Amino acid sequence: MTSLSLGAPAAIGFGEKIWRINWGLVLVLTLIAGIGSVALYSAAGGHFEPWAAKHAMRYGIALGLMLVVALVHPKVWLSLAWPLYIASLLLLVAVDIAGKIGMGAQRWLVIGPMQIQPSEIAKVAVILVLARYYHGLNREQAGRFLYTLPPLVVILAPVGLVMVQPDLGTAMMVMLGGAALLFVAGVRLWMFLGAAVCAVGCLPVALSFMHEYQRKRVLTFLDPDRDPLGAGYHITQSKIAIGSGGLFGKGFLHGTQSSLNFLPEKQTDFIFTTFVEEWGMVGACVLLALFALVLIWGFSIALRSQHHFGRLVALGVTAMMFLYVFINTAMVMGLLPVVGVPLPLVSNGGTAMVSVMFACGLMVGVNVYRDAQLPLAR
Amino acid sequence: MIRFRKGDGERSGLFTRRALLLGGTQLTLMSALAGRLYQLQILESQRFSTLAEENRVNVRLLAPARGLIFDRTGQPLAINRNNFRVMLASDRGRGAEVVIERLDQILNLGEADRGRLLRELRRSRNFQPAVVRENLGWEEVSRIEFNAPDLPGVFIDIGQTRDYPDGDLTSHIVGYTGRVSDDDLAGRDDPLLQLPTMRFGKKGVERSLEDDLRGKAGAVQVEVNAVGRIVRELDRTEGQPGDNVLLTIDLDLQRFANDRLQAQQANSEHKSGTVVVMDIVTGDILAMVSEPGFDPNVFARGISQTEWKELLDDPAHPLNNKAIAGVYPPGSTYKVAVALAALESGAIDAGTILSCPGFIELGNIKFHCWWKGGHGGLNVVGGISNSCDCFFYQAAQRTGVDKIGEMAAKLGFGQVSALGLPGEAPGNQPSRSWKQDKYSVPWQQGDTFNLGIGQGYMTATPLQLAIMTARIANGGYDVQPNLLLAKAAPREELAPPSPRLKTSASSLRIDPRHIALVQEGMNQVINSPSGTAAQLRLDADNKPIDPAFHFAAKTGTAQVKRITERERAMGITQEQLPWHLRHHALFVCFGPIDNPRYACAVVVEHGMAGGATAGPIGRDVLLETMKRDPSRRVDRFRKTASL
Repeated sequence: MTSLSLGAPAAIGFGEKIWRINWGLVLVLTLIAGIGSVALYSAAGGHFEPWAAKHAMRYGIALGLMLVVALVHPKVWLSLAWPLYIASLLLLVAVDIAGKIGMGAQRWLVIGPMQIQPSEIAKVAVILVLARYYHGLNREQAGRFLYTLPPLVVILAPVGLVMVQPDLGTAMMVMLGGAALLFVAGVRLWMFLGAAVCAVGCLPVALSFMHEYQRKRVLTFLDPDRDPLGAGYHITQSKIAIGSGGLFGKGFLHGTQSSLNFLPEKQTDFIFTTFVEEWGMVGACVLLALFALVLIWGFSIALRSQHHFGRLVALGVTAMMFLYVFINTAMVMGLLPVVGVPLPLVSNGGTAMVSVMFACGLMVGVNVYRDAQLPLAR
Repeated sequence: MIRFRKGDGERSGLFTRRALLLGGTQLTLMSALAGRLYQLQILESQRFSTLAEENRVNVRLLAPARGLIFDRTGQPLAINRNNFRVMLASDRGRGAEVVIERLDQILNLGEADRGRLLRELRRSRNFQPAVVRENLGWEEVSRIEFNAPDLPGVFIDIGQTRDYPDGDLTSHIVGYTGRVSDDDLAGRDDPLLQLPTMRFGKKGVERSLEDDLRGKAGAVQVEVNAVGRIVRELDRTEGQPGDNVLLTIDLDLQRFANDRLQAQQANSEHKSGTVVVMDIVTGDILAMVSEPGFDPNVFARGISQTEWKELLDDPAHPLNNKAIAGVYPPGSTYKVAVALAALESGAIDAGTILSCPGFIELGNIKFHCWWKGGHGGLNVVGGISNSCDCFFYQAAQRTGVDKIGEMAAKLGFGQVSALGLPGEAPGNQPSRSWKQDKYSVPWQQGDTFNLGIGQGYMTATPLQLAIMTARIANGGYDVQPNLLLAKAAPREELAPPSPRLKTSASSLRIDPRHIALVQEGMNQVINSPSGTAAQLRLDADNKPIDPAFHFAAKTGTAQVKRITERERAMGITQEQLPWHLRHHALFVCFGPIDNPRYACAVVVEHGMAGGATAGPIGRDVLLETMKRDPSRRVDRFRKTASL
């Protein structure tokens, strides 16, 4: 009896697993997706087609996927981390090559009826690989400089490939998400400082390597009024929409900026604007609070995990979620340059929904298997 | 129980600390977002609401219908007809290139139009549309409508274009309209004028009555989407159409005068001349022909470069309204003014006899009379009826340039009249100071001689000759020419006023006996066997004129080029000179003699002899006028369908 409990905690039953799923979190996610459908219904001028209905359906499927993922034992993810990562890198290379041939930005890979965005897989894969890596290191090793080099390569490889596409938003997310993981994993603070100094130093070089439209976006972000009809148009119109919403908004289906098409990309990257114009600051705060709840849930899952892999995965997913929300909303409010980052579960679009729900599934899985014993694989 | 692996406690502790730090950072950043929301949605909400409204709501002006122009009998001179035009709206040219490219495929716009469109769109604010093409046919309209889904911002608009039913017959009076220019905008802040479809009077009555004809703008508030398509109408205020007007012109008389002028010059190389008929009581201009005319409809639909160049290069100057802008030496017609000046100044009286030996010598210069043999001794009536140059050399010399100038000013010379048409010339009434200023040379006796016969520096417009004749015919009243008979708002009754029998003009304070003498002189020009135009006692069919229509007149032949002694010696006739060097033929007349009502002035450019060329035109037009009697007979007024 004793030896049994010493060797491994008793395997939990299926009912217990279901019980351990964070149903409150599921409810919050569903509320967010519901808000997404409402906003998309309005963006289509009061119609379920072409976005709102599909969005709700897609969420239903993604929710199922999330629950399945949550019930998979973390050791499976531990062993799948590297294969998944390698696969995502290969797909990214494939997309880059296809992009070269097709000319211009290429982010999608079409396989049969499916469109795959490899950068979305890469986001999750990087989290898994880093979590696995640091799972096998003790605190002292994690703090050493030499041990920090492999994770850097793991992060920068997909970042480089994504930059080539070019997809500044995703690159930023992978980089910052990776940095958050390294931080909690125990990398020394001076290394972050050093990296920050390096980044600032490299900024002019980066600017010179940027595509014309990216540079324009960054410069326009710094001073949107200098070209109100060109590149600054998106930011200006979005700020007008949000600002004119006021405290209580213009009312459901009464947003003029979005219904009259002054808003660009109103159903994807600027869905937050569409929603906030009609629901005002009250609506915006409710939505942000729901996201904040997701983050708090993520942290509590990470802190309660008995294994390091689980902690890192849960935190990595939380960081990814935060970056999505922050970059997107800060962008539409004119706090960040316009980069293509959707608002998770609200913006129209399948791949981001699937990858976010998949990541949430991993996070919930950490809670379900919070006391599992994981091998110390290298 | 060993729950943790060796060393896991250490790293989990670090993880917890750092995770909490990270979480704290995230929460801080989330609150920054909330702060930004507060800034945008609470602090700056008002400003952004205004901007959103400006985006959404678009006030578009509605062009009112331009007032219609009729002649005094109710016949239309300028009306409006529907005009289908393609308009294009875009947000300061955003995405317009593609649409213009497609429009080019459908309508064949051409390089110049494409450039103009793009310029206009980039300049215009708030989706103010630009005109792509006007006067579309049904086929073009349907092709545009068919392709509408591919043409964002394009719409068909029904506007109005000016139509001038009688084209060149009234072109100089009615004028035409064109796009609003920067000069037109000066001093007018009517927002209507900013409309790209707006037309503005450029010439003639269209210009002089512009502010009456234009009307007031209506406005429609519309909600537009980002490509400028109108989503719905929010509010509409109808504009007020411009006033309709009756002109003093009698279209039938105008046509008669025009035909008569053309017929007289049937054999001439160029046909160029003018007829002005004026009511001497009211000043109404009953006919004002300037030949050749032009077709104002060409301007209404948009004139091409070649058409414009053709008009400009024509030696007969069709764009020039010669009745008011043509300046000619008045020649012998001016003698009536000199006679009146001499009488008024006391230089001569009714009995003064001046002798004519055929020429007068001044120093070593000979001033010839047109009648080489000389007229002998003549009084003022004889001087006028014989048009004796010698008589007027001496009369002018006795009167002096200053007194002549005084009288000429009373009769309307050297100044722009109250007619109000754009482009009227003042002519030139020379004076001592004028010559000193212009040539820095003092006035000479010879200048007074030349002025006495209406030559030299003296120039006048045909309108001024008509005014002079009218003021002599009405007994010395300061009558002013006038083109506007009646004006009424669109829904009000438009009808000519009841006839006036007495002039309301003020008196010029000229002795009626002196005027009677001049009138008698002009009577004898026609009705005395020795008169210079005695042949005009008979009408065009060589029948005696009805005594009720007897009239008085004065002929004039104005030198364009000085006749040299050599030419005089060689006996070169006018017919042997090139057209542009021949004398101008002038004729002024009024009638009926018993109770004058109408005055008429005729100038035939390079028509050689006033009595022979201009005289018959003046006689026929004046007879026609007296027969029609447009000033007293309002029963010919008919309301037309468009009224």
